[in-house]
Amino acid sequence: MIRMAERNDVTEKKAVLIRIFAVTLALLTSGLFIMFLGHNPIDVYISMLEGSFGTLYRFRETVVKTVPLVITSLGILIAFKMKFWNIGAEGQIYMGAFLGSFFALKFPNMPKGLLIPIMILAGIVGGGLYGLIPAFFKGKYDTNETLFTLMLNYIAIKWVTYLQYGPWKDPSANGFPKIATFSDNATLPKLLGINIGWVIAIILVILVHIFIHNTKKGYEIEVIGESENTARYAGINVSRTIMEAMFLSGGLCGLAGIIQASGVNNTLSVELSGGMGYTAIIVTWLSQLSAPLIALVSFLFALLIQGGSYIQTAFQIPQSAADIMQGIILLFVLGCEFFINYKFVRKKQ
Amino acid sequence: MGNTLVRMENITKVFGSVAANKDINLTVNKGEIHSILGENGAGKSTLMNILSGVYSPDSGSIFIKDNKVSINSPKDAINLGIGMIYQHFKLVDILTAKENIIAGQKGKVFINSKKLSEEIKELSVKMGLEIDPDRKVYNMSVAEKQRLEILKVLYRGAEVLILDEPTAVLTPQETEKLFNIIKKMRDEGSAIIIITHKLNEVMEVSDRVTVLRNGEVVGTVKKEDTNERELANLMVGHAIDLSVKRLEVEKKSKTLCVKNLCAFNKENIKILNNISFDVHQGEMLGVAGVAGSGQKELCDAIAGLYPVSSGEIVFQNKNIVGKNPGDIIKMGISMGFVPEDRLGMGLVGSMDIVDNVLLKYYKKQKGLMIKRKAVGVKAENIVEKLNISTPSVHHPVKKLSGGNIQKVLLGREIGLNPKLIITAYPARGLDIGSAHMVYNLLNEQKAKGVAILFVGEDLDVLMQLCDRVMVMCEGKVVEIVDPRKCSKSDIGLMMAGETLEKVAGCDD
Amino acid sequence: MNVISFLNAAVQAGTPLLFATLGEILTEKAGNLNLGAEGTMLIGAVAGFLAGMSTANPFLAILGAAAGGAFFGAIYAFLTVTLKANQVVTGLSLTILGTGISSFVGKGLNGMVVPDPIKSFFTIKKVPLLGDIPFIGDVFFKQNLFVYLGYITAIILFIYIYKTRFGLNLRMVGENPSAADASGINVDLYKYVHILLGGALSGLGGAYLSLVYVPAWQENVTAGRGWIAVALVIFATWNPLKALFSSYFFGGLDILGFRLQKYDMHVSQYMIDMLPYAATIFVLIMISMRKKKEYMPPKELGNAYFREER
Repeated sequence: MIRMAERNDVTEKKAVLIRIFAVTLALLTSGLFIMFLGHNPIDVYISMLEGSFGTLYRFRETVVKTVPLVITSLGILIAFKMKFWNIGAEGQIYMGAFLGSFFALKFPNMPKGLLIPIMILAGIVGGGLYGLIPAFFKGKYDTNETLFTLMLNYIAIKWVTYLQYGPWKDPSANGFPKIATFSDNATLPKLLGINIGWVIAIILVILVHIFIHNTKKGYEIEVIGESENTARYAGINVSRTIMEAMFLSGGLCGLAGIIQASGVNNTLSVELSGGMGYTAIIVTWLSQLSAPLIALVSFLFALLIQGGSYIQTAFQIPQSAADIMQGIILLFVLGCEFFINYKFVRKKQ
Repeated sequence: MGNTLVRMENITKVFGSVAANKDINLTVNKGEIHSILGENGAGKSTLMNILSGVYSPDSGSIFIKDNKVSINSPKDAINLGIGMIYQHFKLVDILTAKENIIAGQKGKVFINSKKLSEEIKELSVKMGLEIDPDRKVYNMSVAEKQRLEILKVLYRGAEVLILDEPTAVLTPQETEKLFNIIKKMRDEGSAIIIITHKLNEVMEVSDRVTVLRNGEVVGTVKKEDTNERELANLMVGHAIDLSVKRLEVEKKSKTLCVKNLCAFNKENIKILNNISFDVHQGEMLGVAGVAGSGQKELCDAIAGLYPVSSGEIVFQNKNIVGKNPGDIIKMGISMGFVPEDRLGMGLVGSMDIVDNVLLKYYKKQKGLMIKRKAVGVKAENIVEKLNISTPSVHHPVKKLSGGNIQKVLLGREIGLNPKLIITAYPARGLDIGSAHMVYNLLNEQKAKGVAILFVGEDLDVLMQLCDRVMVMCEGKVVEIVDPRKCSKSDIGLMMAGETLEKVAGCDD
Repeated sequence: MNVISFLNAAVQAGTPLLFATLGEILTEKAGNLNLGAEGTMLIGAVAGFLAGMSTANPFLAILGAAAGGAFFGAIYAFLTVTLKANQVVTGLSLTILGTGISSFVGKGLNGMVVPDPIKSFFTIKKVPLLGDIPFIGDVFFKQNLFVYLGYITAIILFIYIYKTRFGLNLRMVGENPSAADASGINVDLYKYVHILLGGALSGLGGAYLSLVYVPAWQENVTAGRGWIAVALVIFATWNPLKALFSSYFFGGLDILGFRLQKYDMHVSQYMIDMLPYAATIFVLIMISMRKKKEYMPPKELGNAYFREER
């Protein structure tokens, strides 16, 4: 008879190997799927790599996709460290984009040096305030945050949809429902050909890492995550700290949102995020709540997305196939966690 | 041999690198109350979890009524007539008593509610286990929940009942009641196994005793052939001094004055009812009472962790009622609190020793950043002074053994040089050696003039160690007595609410 | 505004929501939070449509949808019950996978028409006697068979969960799996069975869209209904009978904006779209404020169970 038991003997190295093995297995399984489509998997994989950094242009595209993913994941990291299950990154992204876009659209001619910082600040505040709502109710009534933040996502998306099809609809777009393109003053400047979001992202990876490991607030967040009782015992103001942390968490997501709006889409639109808020949750989880790993995993995800969109044209492989591959890889990696924490034991009869 | 109900042969079970059970042999007969005695960590619970199907042994065999059996799940155990009553009840709060009883049973698809209630009421009356079949578990008292657990097991036709530390949550009088029920069941032919570490109860109720130490059986004896001292020696492995020494210290000024303290809990029950008492410098005030009498809330209230509705808590002339721990620290008050819930309140299990010591020092550090170096030194000192067994100060606290976890907690609180130490069940789960070390540490603090509030469950220890004992019952202070002039059963009566007038000669 | 015709349409609009909600209720009662409902509905929609196209048999079409949904549920169950993976992340990954697989499989199906035998099977069929009751009869008993299946399923599930032994065991599994285990209940088996059944029901919800409501396969035919179902479970406080009426209520909200437009009342459909989520948030806050234990989510929702937890 085979039973399951916990295991304590897994070193960091072994865990990494198990994960790499899972990814390899996933690539093999996807490879089978690709063969079923009538293509050579090796060709397709190489093509994906080429598509994500074969040329400078493509590499830039990959970085552009990495940046908001990193920032959002960092935001989610802060919440998850506290065991506050913020599933609302998607909504926080949109609300940050919304508030930042408000300034972009209302003051298109404000000098760039003033407008951009205001927009960025607005983005942070927008996402931060939206993140504060579930935090408040959690502190006061212990309202389930997973479900609350999930619901808030939809409200935020519908809000932006409403704006896009209604009051903010661009009259000069020939009836096509879109919001006006941002003026040049409201567009993020570029550095090395990519919007400066990438600089912000790198700085944030370092800052968040230091925040969690070396500051008092970061320490308090971790204590709360382990046990609210212990936090209170140590004199930590739990409800206030949860709100502060969620403001930060939502704020970072909101920042990602305004960076997308200003630096990539050059407008506010309901297609802004494309589910990035959910992908980021997966990234944060897979990165085991570590800031530097988030940078790495986000980059790999962006690779997958960018490469996936490239092979659409190169091999006529539909977008849905790329989604399938992504799903397969995710499930394999999720499943392999089991082998890191448990093992099968054969019982002697 | 027709009398043997359960026979466990050469049972071995290993968790990681620790052998929880080593080559254990145990027999239990029909119509017998058999106690499994041992320290915490001796392997009693593991052994019984194997018998009840929760764990599976790495090697060895089990025989029920002389048939070799394989118990791979609780269901198998139930089918074999084995029923276990856990220390932490396995009940579903939002279901009624009868629903909890029949869950998992075979029967008709549709539940006949009325018939079931009648059936269960009948059974409960027959066995002397009073319960209301239609009451929801979240409305039940602790003793009632325990009766429900026993009924649950009997309903399934259990012939072998295993009780895990059943008296931990009962008053002495409720314990009496329970023992009477158990004896009745024994007389009707059931085999009852009691897991315990309480020597006096073993002597009171058992027919035979098996003593475990470090995962091995060190002896199986008949009650008539032994006594408490002998059992204690077997449990620990060497002759031990069962007594704890009280340190006589001259009483000085008052450190803590609690006046008319009242508090309400979530269900709006008055959990602290007009509590008044003082603790002096260099005095150890014991708090006795059945679990749930308000001791936990009292400790939390003084520490600033429980909402108080009225009354005063005066600490060195400062009223700290209504202040939270953060305020108390800011006021410069030095209070140590060793809570009952070590990993759930006093420590952060996943963090290492340094970060746990940091818990009470980080607020004093200036600036936004945390400085770990100085605290690391402090942690090393604590580990050395208290002889804490750990690979390093960077080892996660939850991986330490129970005794060492307590040492970290106590060491940190003492290291703060507090004027008052509140400690709740400080020796719970510790082996005798570590427990005595804890008492010595507390005495050391006492000698330095620290006031100590000691909530304990072992009346013997309380009476031997403390200068005065405050007995609580249902949120009230029943009496504050001088343990030198009182008997244990007197205190037992007080724990159930009887006041001094009814209990002779116990004046403080 | 013709109230009866509106309400009648609300019931139809609410039916896919009802199936997905009932499916999610079963899953969550077992203690598992499956955020892959949207993906599962899509799989059911495409599987049902495919089965329908190839066999032109309504029963086989429904069976196909249920099988597809159950298969997806099985993947979720294997990952979260046996491999004890994080439930939230697994569900999200499955939504990605489900969206991908259904789009991919459905590529060749765009523009196809539901075969006649199926179309006629699901036309409006009045229930004798009940359909003649004024108002109620017009709203509830002049519907298609799929809608009636919804009523029956909700009622059966209510009785199952609250009046049978299996339902009692299920509730125990979700509230306190350790207690269930100690009572001899096979926790893993109960989780598997109910997650699969839940997936099948979600699949049916998707098939209703592709076979009856639209009726056609389109990419993203569910348009977020799987997510609304997750909200509905909370709104209905995990009770199948409440889910029945809540689903129709949300269904009504779904079509309200369109209806109002016809009467020159210009409320943006998007604002109305927010209402189900806002209503759910309201319920969430209410139940956490009042703390009535019976309305709370199953205690161990979201947590994996492992017996040898030391």
